[in-house]
Amino acid sequence: MATKTASKVKAKVKVTAKSAVKSAIKIKPTSANGSTNGHAVTTSRLDVRKTYKIYIDGKFPRTESGRIYPLKDAAGNIIANICRGSRKDLRESIVSNRKAQSGWSSKSAYNRGQILYRIAETLESRKVQFVDILTKQGDTAASAKKEVDSAIDNLVYYAGWCDKYIQVFSSVNPVESSHFNFSYPEPTGVVTVMAPMKQGLLGIVNLIAPMIIGGNVCTVFASEKYPMTAVDFAEVLNASDVPGGVVNIITGLQKEFIGHASSHMDVNAILFSDLDQAQRKLIQENASLNVKRVLDFSKEDMLSPYRILAAQEIKTTWHPVGN
Amino acid sequence: MKKPIKIKPLNFSGDFKYAPAPEGKEHIQLKEKYSLFINGKFVAPSSKKYFDTINPSTEKKIASIADANAADVNLAVKAARTAYDKTWSKMPASERGKYLYRIARIIQEKARELAVIESMDGGKPIRESRDIDVPLAAAHFFYYAGWADKLDYAFPGKKASPIGVAGQIIPWNFPLLMAAWKIAPALACGNTVVLKPAETTPLTALKLAEIFQEAELPPGVVNIITGAGATGAALVNHPGIDKIAFTGSTDVGKLIQKAIAGTNKKYTLELGGKAANIIFEDAAIDQAVEGIINGIFFNQGHVCCAGSRLFVQEGVAKEVVRKLKDRISTLLVGDPMDKNTDIGAINSKEQLSKIKSLVNAGIKEGGECWQPECSIPSKGYWFRPTLFMNVAQSHRIVQEEIFGPVLAIQTFRTVEEVIEKANNTPYGLSGGVWTDKGAKIFNVTGKMKAGVVWANTYNKFDPTSPFGGYKESGMGREGGLHGLMPYVKLS
Repeated sequence: MATKTASKVKAKVKVTAKSAVKSAIKIKPTSANGSTNGHAVTTSRLDVRKTYKIYIDGKFPRTESGRIYPLKDAAGNIIANICRGSRKDLRESIVSNRKAQSGWSSKSAYNRGQILYRIAETLESRKVQFVDILTKQGDTAASAKKEVDSAIDNLVYYAGWCDKYIQVFSSVNPVESSHFNFSYPEPTGVVTVMAPMKQGLLGIVNLIAPMIIGGNVCTVFASEKYPMTAVDFAEVLNASDVPGGVVNIITGLQKEFIGHASSHMDVNAILFSDLDQAQRKLIQENASLNVKRVLDFSKEDMLSPYRILAAQEIKTTWHPVGN
Repeated sequence: MKKPIKIKPLNFSGDFKYAPAPEGKEHIQLKEKYSLFINGKFVAPSSKKYFDTINPSTEKKIASIADANAADVNLAVKAARTAYDKTWSKMPASERGKYLYRIARIIQEKARELAVIESMDGGKPIRESRDIDVPLAAAHFFYYAGWADKLDYAFPGKKASPIGVAGQIIPWNFPLLMAAWKIAPALACGNTVVLKPAETTPLTALKLAEIFQEAELPPGVVNIITGAGATGAALVNHPGIDKIAFTGSTDVGKLIQKAIAGTNKKYTLELGGKAANIIFEDAAIDQAVEGIINGIFFNQGHVCCAGSRLFVQEGVAKEVVRKLKDRISTLLVGDPMDKNTDIGAINSKEQLSKIKSLVNAGIKEGGECWQPECSIPSKGYWFRPTLFMNVAQSHRIVQEEIFGPVLAIQTFRTVEEVIEKANNTPYGLSGGVWTDKGAKIFNVTGKMKAGVVWANTYNKFDPTSPFGGYKESGMGREGGLHGLMPYVKLS
């Protein structure tokens, strides 16, 4: 019975879909919502549109607020309805980050490095998709290709640091008393990340890779101009054995998030690279509520272990020596 | 059947008394009036105002101290800028290092005088200023002196250059030592300094200024301005400052972080703490008891990393509390200048009333308060060593930094439980673990969210050992290789 009903429904949908294509083709391409939604229009079948949702705790919920904002192409056509995330989404995301943090940071460095490398592998296999989606959001094919290549290569670069930065930045300290005294970096904890407006993919990768490789967990507020890339990248993370809650990605209007992302009391650090003076000031003022680390990567080298070190705390242990 | 062994309570009120063993004061040189140390000279403040620094153990005035206003701060910053541009950043690094070596040596030579003044001005036992504060201050200069011409080896792949003028604000609990912690790495990296000591303990910093003169440190490389909060605020807000280094309370640290928002000033903060000191059943109990005492009563508990929350594993809780009470009953509270004194004077009247109000809050909230029946002098600011039992995580005396000789005791059963409790605080400066098992040490210290963790010891410091906090205990490290980072630009 059930199967029969299902196939009936399917058939019905097909019919509707066909007629929809016909009518869609008749509509002028300039009209609102004449969406290509990242896929080429063919006359043979109606494309299936993707619903762009946010990414929290390894799942893809809609924003709690139920709000959306229209993403438009250069010609002003709506190409997707994007979740306009809310403060409540942020809070849930931080709860999920906090839950995930100790598990993520206690994974072996080798294991975390392999997961980072896996993200690169997955991204490589979806290169065409990312070039395509960046182009849809306004990039040229050439710059999109370059950006995706860099994102993959940078992930590989940071993957390699996972079991090395601790060696580079640690010390054994020759104290006077009878102790084995050593200092090594530990992750700061939960980091909120304001993704840069430009470079929808590379912008996120360059900020989160040095965070998560060092055992931190992140909530990323995606670029308003490249939300589709951000959500597609969330799918890459989801398919690459990155545990849920290690990276959450929320789309929406960054100006709605800056205040909350910098004032949330269970956030340890806030990271950005392209904010203006007023935004930086607001962040630093709010950060003082719980002595958040304010990390500005606008001037840092893109590829550098010092980016990893920026979100680390040095722990010093005095271990007794004796009989 | 064997009879259970009855433990007799120890009696400390017998005839045995320590003879007084006061440290001599006749050799120290103090002026009646101290002005500001700007551009290598002592100059009168433009405010023309002076305030008293008093001896907290006698409530008597020791000297008049200049109160720097914004105009004085401006002069000091200008002097530091000129020294930075014209002298210090241009000098070969090895020469910079040699100045620091000189300073270290003179501190060693004048160690006893500095120790006596430190104890007079701040109230800490002479034993501590003599054996800890002053030798460590000299050691810090000696350690960072050697780094001055070796910075190329400190930051792999990067070239280190100085930041510029550093504004440094230090607290009253380790006046000379904190000055050394701040000044030595700043100078080694090629920066110049404007330092503001705490208003209740300015004397050793001003003696240090005299040492800089004696060492012929170029004028303006270090400027020392005295005053209270307003002076500190003028320093923090001065546009000519490139970097702020602050040690003090978390509240003030937050104000500073907020005040410099939107500027390009770099900053490091070393703030408050509420450290967990954890004692496991398998610990060497007598040694642990000594360590707990040192952890909380060292320097009257005026220590940001003090082990103010004690966690005792249930099986040994009774024994530990009994031994703690016995040991505390033998502590001598009194004249800081006496070499037998264990607990000196509380640093100031304000601090004493803060301790009292928090202890009263602890009693009101239902904590069981215990103090020994030791005698305390009639003049001066004193507080008996205090234990709190039957307290909960939510109690103010468990959550808030008291900065006094008050220990809150809680019990636990499992490692997971105690780590959860230990980390349940906005602070994260330090911690202690007492156990006989090396594996357990690494497990527990690894999971504590704190910048410094001591195993089977407490309150140990060394110039090679980085110090600083997680979370609301601040950011950046002082000491060791990692202590260079806050004073350099990397390119």
